[in-house]
Amino acid sequence: MTGTFLLEQALNGLQYGLMLFLLAAGLTIVFGVMDMINLAHGSLYMAGAFLAAWLAPLLGSFWLALGGAVVLTAAGAMVLERTLLRSLYRRDHLSQVLATFALILILNDAVRMVFGNDRPLSAPAGLDGPVALPFGLHYPAWRLVIIGVGLALAAALYVLVQKTRVGAWVRAGASDRDMSTAMGVNVPSLFTAVFGLGAALCAVAGALLAPLLAVQVGMGENILIPAFVVVVIGGIGSIRGALVGALLVGVVDTLGRTLLQQVLREGLPPQWASAAGPALASVAVYVLMAAVLVWRPQGLLPVRGR
Amino acid sequence: MNHLRARAFLLPLAAAACLAAATLAHAADRVKVGFVSTLSGPSSALGVDIRDGFMLAVRLNGGKLGGLPAEVLITDDQFNPDVGRQAFERYVKRDKVDVMTGVVFSNIMLAALPEAVDNNVVYISPNAAPSSIAGKDCNPMFFAASWPNDAYHEAAGAFATQRGLKNAYLIAPNYQAGKDSLAGFKRTFKGQVVGETYTKLGQLDYAAELAEIRAAKPQTLYIFLPGGMGINFIKQFIGSGLSKDTMLLLPGFSADQDVISAVGPAMAGLFNTAHWSPDLDNPANRKFVAEFQKAYNRLPTLYASQGYDTALLIDAAVRDAKGKVEDRQAFRNALRAAKFESVRGPFKFNKNQYPIQNYYVRSIGNDGKGGLVNKSFNEPILRDHGDAYVQQCQMK
Repeated sequence: MTGTFLLEQALNGLQYGLMLFLLAAGLTIVFGVMDMINLAHGSLYMAGAFLAAWLAPLLGSFWLALGGAVVLTAAGAMVLERTLLRSLYRRDHLSQVLATFALILILNDAVRMVFGNDRPLSAPAGLDGPVALPFGLHYPAWRLVIIGVGLALAAALYVLVQKTRVGAWVRAGASDRDMSTAMGVNVPSLFTAVFGLGAALCAVAGALLAPLLAVQVGMGENILIPAFVVVVIGGIGSIRGALVGALLVGVVDTLGRTLLQQVLREGLPPQWASAAGPALASVAVYVLMAAVLVWRPQGLLPVRGR
Repeated sequence: MNHLRARAFLLPLAAAACLAAATLAHAADRVKVGFVSTLSGPSSALGVDIRDGFMLAVRLNGGKLGGLPAEVLITDDQFNPDVGRQAFERYVKRDKVDVMTGVVFSNIMLAALPEAVDNNVVYISPNAAPSSIAGKDCNPMFFAASWPNDAYHEAAGAFATQRGLKNAYLIAPNYQAGKDSLAGFKRTFKGQVVGETYTKLGQLDYAAELAEIRAAKPQTLYIFLPGGMGINFIKQFIGSGLSKDTMLLLPGFSADQDVISAVGPAMAGLFNTAHWSPDLDNPANRKFVAEFQKAYNRLPTLYASQGYDTALLIDAAVRDAKGKVEDRQAFRNALRAAKFESVRGPFKFNKNQYPIQNYYVRSIGNDGKGGLVNKSFNEPILRDHGDAYVQQCQMK
């Protein structure tokens, strides 16, 4: 095991973690501020990817397509919030889960009808190959772009939530919704804006990951469970918690998939290692979640005032 | 007077004619096919292609199979073994179908299969052909019109050996089919296996595995990652720059027309192994590829060819059994003889009712119209190839 291998895995963990953060950030604010479980969060990620893949050949530029996808996904999500989700806030969590699960099925079929089962989207020319990094490592350029965009958005979100008035409303809403309403926060508009912001982050993640993964109907379902794990680890409603949780999950998942198998191969007969390694690797993230919950049932960085 | 007598004669005659027609309508004057496949959800592309291929053959045949009008009942199994099993039960017991077919995935097929074969209804698999039913659990009512699960991997191993590749790194998801497929590759590969990684089923991001492969520096990388897993892996493999040192070798379904359209131009030059290719030069295939493009405005995949062949096989068996589909033994004997022009070229059934056929190496190249398409090497890599399990099958 060499230094370049560890560096590559550290970058991989960072990249995966930052993408999870973009998904979990929206999820955790919606959960924290509106007390709403939105299973269809992954569908917004899918919508962002499909819209980017649809716009890219029309506009002739990946970055314009990314911008267009973000605007369209956020607008669509805000319409959805005004027309449908709004009526779910006062319902119990079970109704929300059922309604948003139905929404997943509807959106999957709607996307299939409009765009088809899958759609190709390539990274911009020049960014689709590897680049040479120090220590002789060749690393996919696109993953570096994702890391850069992810870090920039995490910083922007921090400024928005910690330093602006809107951010103060969001934090107040996450801490105590009734009190913030009483203090004069325009809750309906805030909810719509928060939902749109969450959708915009999903669309960025969907469009950025599309050249690496595939733009396919149903792509949102796979990413939803890790995103919820991040929310639970970080503390519901907490953006900082989502960032820490996402990076932890990213690193544990990446290292679990390789180091765990290698370590087991050293100490166990090969047939045992190849049976136990992958099984343990798939549960590693959930073991992490269980350990965090035993230690801090509220999550690592819970919002204050709960 | 004469007129009246004539009518008196005519009446019973007419009645008899009517009765005869009525009884004929209930006898085997049509073939009923139950078709259950995954037609919705993220995994539906394969089932849709099988259905489109199957229905194309029926349509080109004037809506008939073996000279009898064909009635094809189609149901979506929703990628759910329970739904699939219930659909089989309904078609077999209530609709009294003559033959069942259609299922894409082995887990659904294995759950539903007993509903057909235990009730004396033949099942012809247009795709899933697990090694268990090839071996000790072989069943007289089960026919595989596709390829045994291991075959593509055996062909890939044989190709790597033929190319003189010294070592290989293998990746598959951590489940039975994944382990079986890598075993198939190792059966025919003479070089050294330097690494074997099993991943989570349904995994999307392979960055960690690619880092391991980069560290291992293998000459060949062989993957068994069906569906979206393969698409994601290939994209990330190409983006990582590993293709300069390592040759990526694929099973045919991971380099099929749908994968090429999802991954894009970066797939040019990759090798893969399959029992069929759109450019195989035989009259049946030329007709199939042209008609499929005309009907659906896209190039056919392996799965479409398998659906088409399944319909041709039923057509030939109904014809050879002289339309007596309800005589199961006669129908089965006609199926075993398999006298049809397969789009894959030479085809016959083994003792276990799995195919004996040729396997080809395909390489992805330019179609001359700005698109990419599979082109096969003319010489098969495996000729008249059966499977490794037939000896365990006790069927006569």
